[in-house]
Amino acid sequence: MKTIQKLLLGLGAGLLLIGCGNNSKEGSAGAMASSNAEKVYLAPGEHDEFYAFMSGGYSGNLTVYGLPSGRMLKEIPVFSQFPTNGYGYSEESKAMLNTSFGFVPWGDSHHPDISQTNGELDGRWIFINENNTPRVARISLTTFETEEIIELPNSAGNHASSFVTENTEYIVAGTRFAVPNPQRDMPIDEMKGEFKGPLSFISIDQEHGHMNLEFQLNMPGFNYDLAHPGRDKSHGWFFFTSYNTEEAHTMQEVNASQNDKDFIAAVNWQMIAEYIKNGGGTKVAGTYAHNTYDESTMTATTEMKQGVISVDPREVEGAVYYMPVPKSPHGLDVDPSGRYIIGNGKLSTQLSVYSFEKIQNAIQNKDFDGDAYGIPILSFESVLEGVVDSGGLGPLHTEFDGKGFGYTTYFISSEVVKWELGTWEVIDRQPSYYSVGHLMIPGGNSRNPYGKYMVSLNKITKDRYLPTGPELEHSAQLYDITGEKMELLLDFPTHGEPHYAAGIPAEKIKAQSKKYYELEENNHKYAVKNEADTRLERNGNEVHVYATTVRSHFAPDNIEGIKVGDKVYFHITNLEQDFDVPHGFAMIGANTSEILVMPGQTKTIIWEPKREGVWPFYCTDFCSALHQEMQGYVRVSAKNSNTKLRWSLDDEWKD
Amino acid sequence: MKTASITMIIGSALLFGLFFYPLWSISLEAPQYPSGIGMYIHLDGLEGHEKHDIQNIDGLNHYIGMRKLPKDDEMWEFSVFPKVVGGMAILGIITGILAFFKKISYRWFLGWLILMLVLGVLGMIDFNNWMTDYGTNLDPKAIMKMTDDEGNPLSYKPPLFGSKDILNFTAHSYPATGALLMGIGMTLTFAAYIIGLKKAK
Repeated sequence: MKTIQKLLLGLGAGLLLIGCGNNSKEGSAGAMASSNAEKVYLAPGEHDEFYAFMSGGYSGNLTVYGLPSGRMLKEIPVFSQFPTNGYGYSEESKAMLNTSFGFVPWGDSHHPDISQTNGELDGRWIFINENNTPRVARISLTTFETEEIIELPNSAGNHASSFVTENTEYIVAGTRFAVPNPQRDMPIDEMKGEFKGPLSFISIDQEHGHMNLEFQLNMPGFNYDLAHPGRDKSHGWFFFTSYNTEEAHTMQEVNASQNDKDFIAAVNWQMIAEYIKNGGGTKVAGTYAHNTYDESTMTATTEMKQGVISVDPREVEGAVYYMPVPKSPHGLDVDPSGRYIIGNGKLSTQLSVYSFEKIQNAIQNKDFDGDAYGIPILSFESVLEGVVDSGGLGPLHTEFDGKGFGYTTYFISSEVVKWELGTWEVIDRQPSYYSVGHLMIPGGNSRNPYGKYMVSLNKITKDRYLPTGPELEHSAQLYDITGEKMELLLDFPTHGEPHYAAGIPAEKIKAQSKKYYELEENNHKYAVKNEADTRLERNGNEVHVYATTVRSHFAPDNIEGIKVGDKVYFHITNLEQDFDVPHGFAMIGANTSEILVMPGQTKTIIWEPKREGVWPFYCTDFCSALHQEMQGYVRVSAKNSNTKLRWSLDDEWKD
Repeated sequence: MKTASITMIIGSALLFGLFFYPLWSISLEAPQYPSGIGMYIHLDGLEGHEKHDIQNIDGLNHYIGMRKLPKDDEMWEFSVFPKVVGGMAILGIITGILAFFKKISYRWFLGWLILMLVLGVLGMIDFNNWMTDYGTNLDPKAIMKMTDDEGNPLSYKPPLFGSKDILNFTAHSYPATGALLMGIGMTLTFAAYIIGLKKAK
């Protein structure tokens, strides 16, 4: 009895203590919550401090958010058709989605990265990779539109991409699904030793940003998953994680998880670039589309290219090494100083930290532990600098705050862990809601991260927002990382499935954002710059309509003489020259999307009328108080009729 | 007499400022135009505050049936005003030089100023007449026909000087750098006359 009393008393005291603790914690949490609200609150009309560019994942696009508010500002179409503005539907933009497989209307975008100069974000362009049909895109940070897409031949699963070197010399693309190279008809279960994992190096023209597939490093057929460039002292090197060194071709879930260690490939790209310059490498077959959008003609064109320089990694001595890394690594990250390379072993609790200096020493001392297909394997002990063992499960990705700390996401234990570079000790851990994939600190892949906020990009949303049926948007969380402890500030839904993201201080790019296109600089083949020049031209069954928009009418707005079976090209030029005055164009029965035409721009869609009658078209954008009046009619006559081709505005007919 | 003459020369030379700087500025404010929209009136034509403001003002005005803003060759004023102002500046400088060499009296300074003031008032009247016509002589097919409480058509005439609410806009009409230089110049010519007057006593 006494013992029970004592026990109860003890419990009571314990509860009291806990209660006290809870009370004080709640009190401060309340105060903290209100100050957290202030940290993310922007008064109406105020601008965010950072831009965050989030990959859209299976949307194929790139979304633009503001931080710290978490407000979505724009969706930039990249690899997918986008009926909202006609990207991939309009005659001008269709070519952007051409590939060696033909027109591909969709893509899976993964890892955006912003161009750099001297290891710092310079805000010229942002690049993003496509995983399914291997491609890399370049997006202008002046127009916020996709300007270029290059396909990667001989590759599959371009996941280890699109990471930028510190002077934007190269961006890389990888092969996550090893394939026969060159592709050929062969039994799947004979893949071992036969499949390859080419790593592509795309050089960037510094003036226009144009991409050039310079060479492919024809690596053994492991699955190259993620990558990051060296920087500062390690500039000139690129590091790629790989898994499935087992070379399993089926039930990879199990069969690719058998080896205790897989590899990080360390690639001295400067050495290989030099080797190529001196005539090294072999030109191999490979067809790929290179699509460029010209801002002046407002038109995209596809160049179908043949052949690529392939480099056998064994041929360039001292350029390519493997480093063992435990448990099927996923992310690979390089700290801002370039000294440390972090391998995130996704099936373990550990991060393996490699030292660039030790790697160099091991290479010099030939501290090898055998080789894989002739590529030397650096001995694990000789290159390992430290291990971060937080007890968390499933480490995926690490970012840095520039103040000596790393932040690593743990998918399985659903948390972000802050640890210290050098001591490898855990400083703090915060849960994520739920199962975080990538995380992003603005400037994360650079010498100079802006360590104020960290965003975790979570894979599972469940109950975080009002339920919207089985299919949900993904979820992101914003943390304040200025203190010792990370503080969760905000939850916000994200569109598609953001994988990685790239952030940049708004001040670096907001002033360069274009307001409208200068009409006088519009060199579109079918542009008309004033209403007097608007007209129709028939060429067989093709009819070209040179039309204009201005608040609030089309010129012409009455058209006659179109026949069933005609192919009518509506070339719409928006004559407006003011900020935020787009006009849209939609035609009843057109088997395509609308087009949304920015001031000074020309866009084209095709309409193939199927039935006689008088058919309306209209402006889809609420452009003015007379938006509803902004419409017109097309008279469609029978195929063999002799209705005259003529057009008018305000009953002034021309032909 | 030398000080007075030099002041007269400087004062009238400041009129040349109108060849480099605008005479007047009219700007329009509305919530949808956070950075404003407006035009400068130069001696020889109109110019938008921003590159395309003239076109955009015309775009707004077409709803209420106002004519397009005149191009440089569409108003006689834009070719005559530069001649008048240039002529007056040269005349003022010559007057100053002649007075400097004691060929004429300082009283001519006042004569010049009175002529300048008469021309200035005439210019203002002309400007006001044009604005009245521009703001009230509307297209009968105007999209929006606004009337006042008594059913009379609204006038969209911008104020000659000051600010005024016109529908959803607030219009501000104020002298610009060129007019300020002219004002300073004319004050100097008056000062030249006073100096001359005091020296003569």
